[in-house]
Amino acid sequence: MFKTFPKGGIHPPENKLTADKPTVILPVPPQVTVPVSQHIGAPATPVVEKGAAVLAGQVIAEAKGFVSTNIHSPVSGKVSKIDTVVDTTGYKQTAVIIDVEGDEWVTTVDRSSVLVKEITLTREEIIGRCRQCGLVGMGGATFPTHIKLTVPAGKSCDMVIINGVECEPYLTSDHRLMLEKGAEVLTGVTIIMKALGVERAVVGIEANKPDAISHLTELAKDFKGITVQPLKVKYPQGGEKQLIKACTGREVPSGGLPIDVGVVVQNVGTAFAVYEAVQKNKPLVERVVTVTGKSVTNPGNFLVRIGTPVTALIEAAGGMPDDTGKVVNGGPMMGKALAITEVPVTKGTSGILLFPAAASRRAEVLPCIRCGKCSSACAMGLEPWLISVLSEKGMWDQAEKEKITDCMECGACTYTCPAKRPLLDYIRLGKSTVIRMAREKITK
Amino acid sequence: MNNILNVSPSPHLSSPETTRRLMYGVVIALVPALAASIYYFGMGAIIVTLTSVLSCVAVEYLVQKFILKTKPSVKDGSAVVTGLLLAFNVPSNLPIWIIIIGAIISIGVAKMTFGGLGSNPFNPALVGRVFLLISFPVQMTSWPVPSGFRTGYLDAVTGATPLGILTEGVKAGESVASLMEKVPTHMQLFYGYMGGSMGEIAAAALILGGIYMLWKKIISWHIPVSILMSVALFTGILWLADPTIYADPGFHLLTGGIMLGAIFMATDYVTSPMTHKGMIIYGVGIGVITVLIRTWGAYPEGVSFAILIMNAFVPLLNMYIKPKRFGKEVKHG
Repeated sequence: MFKTFPKGGIHPPENKLTADKPTVILPVPPQVTVPVSQHIGAPATPVVEKGAAVLAGQVIAEAKGFVSTNIHSPVSGKVSKIDTVVDTTGYKQTAVIIDVEGDEWVTTVDRSSVLVKEITLTREEIIGRCRQCGLVGMGGATFPTHIKLTVPAGKSCDMVIINGVECEPYLTSDHRLMLEKGAEVLTGVTIIMKALGVERAVVGIEANKPDAISHLTELAKDFKGITVQPLKVKYPQGGEKQLIKACTGREVPSGGLPIDVGVVVQNVGTAFAVYEAVQKNKPLVERVVTVTGKSVTNPGNFLVRIGTPVTALIEAAGGMPDDTGKVVNGGPMMGKALAITEVPVTKGTSGILLFPAAASRRAEVLPCIRCGKCSSACAMGLEPWLISVLSEKGMWDQAEKEKITDCMECGACTYTCPAKRPLLDYIRLGKSTVIRMAREKITK
Repeated sequence: MNNILNVSPSPHLSSPETTRRLMYGVVIALVPALAASIYYFGMGAIIVTLTSVLSCVAVEYLVQKFILKTKPSVKDGSAVVTGLLLAFNVPSNLPIWIIIIGAIISIGVAKMTFGGLGSNPFNPALVGRVFLLISFPVQMTSWPVPSGFRTGYLDAVTGATPLGILTEGVKAGESVASLMEKVPTHMQLFYGYMGGSMGEIAAAALILGGIYMLWKKIISWHIPVSILMSVALFTGILWLADPTIYADPGFHLLTGGIMLGAIFMATDYVTSPMTHKGMIIYGVGIGVITVLIRTWGAYPEGVSFAILIMNAFVPLLNMYIKPKRFGKEVKHG
């Protein structure tokens, strides 16, 4: 009944503190900061000037090139300035800063909560709408959705897998979305199926969300071709390749993409965004963010406008505890630590996680005792102990032969290491160096 | 709000498992066998164990402090494990000064000269034991016979091990059936009622420790099971071929150092392969070499040599036996 991927995996403590906290709508902040690059690919180009009046849902930066997407104003008000700010990645980039006045939306957006099940748009119109509405993968990778919905020439797709795994500890935003907006999510899945021209979709959900499994299984009876697949709890099951293997038994080849085995994977959050874009003409300007941590007084799931400062989110969760030593954007396994909290929420922000100071420092590093636990934990069948040493020593060719570029940086190896070796730090260095060297070879 | 935040790359979680916890897990797993040794050999077992552990820890500390001039790392517990295993591999009436030499060879030569924990190619306790066996053959092969708890140490009554009785007897032309009457029954062997190295005798206690380590995920089943299976299979074939000159597999599994070797010595992380496939090849190698030495070699027992020989193959096994990479075999539908 419960399926999973066969090789590797770990079981970190789940700590889903906010699983039973209904999503709270966070009030619109007095000012929002909207970065023009919230997706993988080229940054969008701002199309508003300082002082311009904008409405919520209005395009404020246009996609530049194919791998890019539009950015919309999440609020109504006046453009205060277009400036360089630090975003959640820690890098500086251009952002449109808007002073909020009221909450006026562009009239084409349907803001009612009535469920619209009937799909009137054609395949091309759906893909166009996703591009127009600035949709990106909501799982964290933020890859523009319209590209994923376009099957490349020479490839074929026969099924969609919807990622409702949420295998990262602490995070519950997808879980809440499935419970609260189940019918909308499944309508979104149907739209994705139509865009790709497939008959079948599987929603993969881990067994630690039994309420979401039963709720969606019940709802799916009214949707043609959608089944819910319960999965064993195991990290990193939300990894695309692991999820496909778990749900279908198909194995994406090394260096390949899901489409190579006829599959497209979309996150449940993306399915919901597709629903809103296609049925309600609503661009991606808000998302659910889990704010959590063991010493947070009021952890919860919040529906926030893009561009809201992370500080406002933390305030909504009861303020930053005095013992906070680390703030992570995303989950504890793959999220990025923030240096400052005065950064805006973007399309890819799935959670804000606060660690107490005691849990925020790394332990002393001891010599490798060659226990092999990292190899056992690796879901890609790699040998983290080996490729990390090869990177440490600068042996890039060897590292490439050992498939360092297959690493998805899930962190299971570093988590499991009893000697507390920073395996993934070195593997990241090696992986990026190997990819850069391969690119240089091509351009030469 | 004015906290200075720590920034580090992901993952931001770490498992509670540490090197130290693993090492002390092994120590806990060795307790039943130690208790059995004290029960059978008395004071001698206590003296040998204390001397071995203390001198291994002391040698590691002194080498790091005064020769390598690095931060001593004895608190990681690996020297304690080596000390216990060295004690388990020598007779319970071994003089203190010989044990100290064993500790110096184990830690000083076999471990620290290669760079300390994680870098030694050969199992330190076994290097120490084999060094002592070759250097002090008389003291190292005078086996006290179990006599219940007693306070004597060097004056223990000694006798041959069951494997020694078998090897000598077969050489002298006696049939295995008549030799079997001179050794304890299989049940007695299982509980450890026989002459032998201090910690190797009680199969029951060693298996208990092994189950604990499997439960705590300190070791996987691959190495012990492949060693024991290959010994059982190989000796089983010989026994079926000619039961008058070859002993049965049960006898081989319960005597000598095979249980101690399979469960505690061969599973040493540092000197064993890192993939499950590699572990099985390594285990089968140990099993086969052990039986070869026992049956046709000069020594009645060969587990130590077998493990050291296979230790030498571990780097090769790690280089050529790779885990199955994800996405290597492309499957459609």
